[in-house]
Amino acid sequence: MFDFEAVYEAKSVAHAVELRVRHPEAKILAGGSDILIETRAGKLAGCSVISIFKLDELRGVSMDGDGTLRIGALTSFSHLTRDPLIGRCIKVLGEAAGTAGGPQLRNIGTIGGNVCNGVTSADTASTLMAWDAVMEYAGPRGVRRAPMREHYVKAGVVAIAPDEILTSILIPRDSYERCFGCYIKYAMRGAMDIATLGCSVNVRLSGDLGTVERMRAAYGVAAPVPVRGFSAESVANGQPVSPETINSAAAAALSDVNPRSSWRASRELRLQLAEELTRRAFRESVIRAGGIL
Amino acid sequence: MRQFATIRCTINGRDTETSVDVRASLADMLRGEYRLTSVKKGCEVGECGACNVIIDGECYNSCIYMAIWADGKNIRTVEGLEGPGGELSEIQRLFVEEGAVQCGFCTPGFLMTATAILESAQGGQKYSRDDLRRELSGHLCRCTGYENILRAVEKAVSRTLP
Ligand SMILES: Cc1cc2nc3c(=O)[nH]c(=O)nc-3n(C[C@H](O)[C@H](O)[C@H](O)COP(=O)(O)OP(=O)(O)OC[C@H]3O[C@@H](n4cnc5c(N)ncnc54)[C@H](O)[C@@H]3O)c2cc1C
Ligand code: FES
Ligand code: FES
Repeated sequence: MFDFEAVYEAKSVAHAVELRVRHPEAKILAGGSDILIETRAGKLAGCSVISIFKLDELRGVSMDGDGTLRIGALTSFSHLTRDPLIGRCIKVLGEAAGTAGGPQLRNIGTIGGNVCNGVTSADTASTLMAWDAVMEYAGPRGVRRAPMREHYVKAGVVAIAPDEILTSILIPRDSYERCFGCYIKYAMRGAMDIATLGCSVNVRLSGDLGTVERMRAAYGVAAPVPVRGFSAESVANGQPVSPETINSAAAAALSDVNPRSSWRASRELRLQLAEELTRRAFRESVIRAGGIL
Repeated sequence: MRQFATIRCTINGRDTETSVDVRASLADMLRGEYRLTSVKKGCEVGECGACNVIIDGECYNSCIYMAIWADGKNIRTVEGLEGPGGELSEIQRLFVEEGAVQCGFCTPGFLMTATAILESAQGGQKYSRDDLRRELSGHLCRCTGYENILRAVEKAVSRTLP
């Protein structure tokens, strides 16, 4: 039995918004793999929840008319990994989802919950950040969109109004076309572990595969919220595909991150990881894009 | 204020209906209402897999799955693996043969994951030893009989090959 004050079950997105307006203190319950654990731990004991878990309209991946990839907020990690559109447009997101928890967790954990908990270690967040994902929310005033960077306020806090819910995560066409990425999760165990540091890189190479047309990078557990590697990117963009380009981008990544020491790892180890994982993920992205090193 | 909800679902092939406290987990419901005590509560925070059941073909830890979500679902537990005369299924027999059961607390959870693996193997999915390790990684065995468990599942999977 969970120590909840009340449980409200949403029957549709509109009903969920209505419940939000009526019960602004209640928490959204998606797959529950954060909320239910925190309730058991006593941190959220006595709270009320609005369950959106049964809203199947928020599950699955589709393509909008303009080529925007639309990922329903309730899509589970395992469905993301298996989805053919994800495999075609942003394979690395499925791979990142495949590193979370263990098999049962990946069936229940949702991508929406992964970015709404505001946690820096969220395994899909750095990839979404690196691919300029756009958040789509539903509220009493209709639909609102915001770039992922504006979604994160500070550790554990995201910019969702108390009467809104996240409905979809969008990847614009320009963001995935001819792009290839790689996510590396560094953790102590191969399963059921939280990242010590996570790094997601993607590239688009020129037609002759000789130049880095665009490189994007983002990190988890490198700052209080997932962050972009703008310095690394500016060092790489427009440069020849070469080990030198990769090494200088990796070195530049050190000015993009500001990790802290925790019981899992020291700041120093995380800084070393930020540089080394950038190097490896960048390299692998180039290879996946057909580049030769 | 206590709230209740009517939950209709299929459990081990039988259509069921019951009224549950909306705050209950599926593990609470399966153990409390239906006496399906193969569903174990090890950690109750999604870490150990002892409460794992199959819902609409996928494995879930029922300790962190709300009972109200089960409405309309098809749920399977170890009790549903037995034959009509109570005889063990092949995967259960292999667990016994390989010495994969010690205290037995983790066994039902492992068996349901193994069942899901076998069903996908019958559907043509291929598994290497490392794939199987990865697929079983959501379970803890405090008696640490992992090698024997892995061997039992590996044997079962190899028998699905033509
Ligand atoms: C054993 C275990 C292992 C784990 N391992 C990992 C791991 O390796 N990597 C990782 O990244 N995470 C891990 N997690 C954390 C968790 O599974 C993920 O963060 C998951 O994505 C959360 O999604 P959910 O839908 O289950 O969460 P919920 O608990 O339902 O929601 C999480 C938060 O987001 C809010 N929310 C959810 N959906 C919406 C929405 N549509 N609109 C508005 N707000 C919303 C909720 O109110 C809550 O604050 C693990 C959890 C467990 C229990
Ligand atoms: S009891 Fe459910 S995962 Fe441990
Ligand atoms: S057999 Fe004892 S916990 Fe696995």
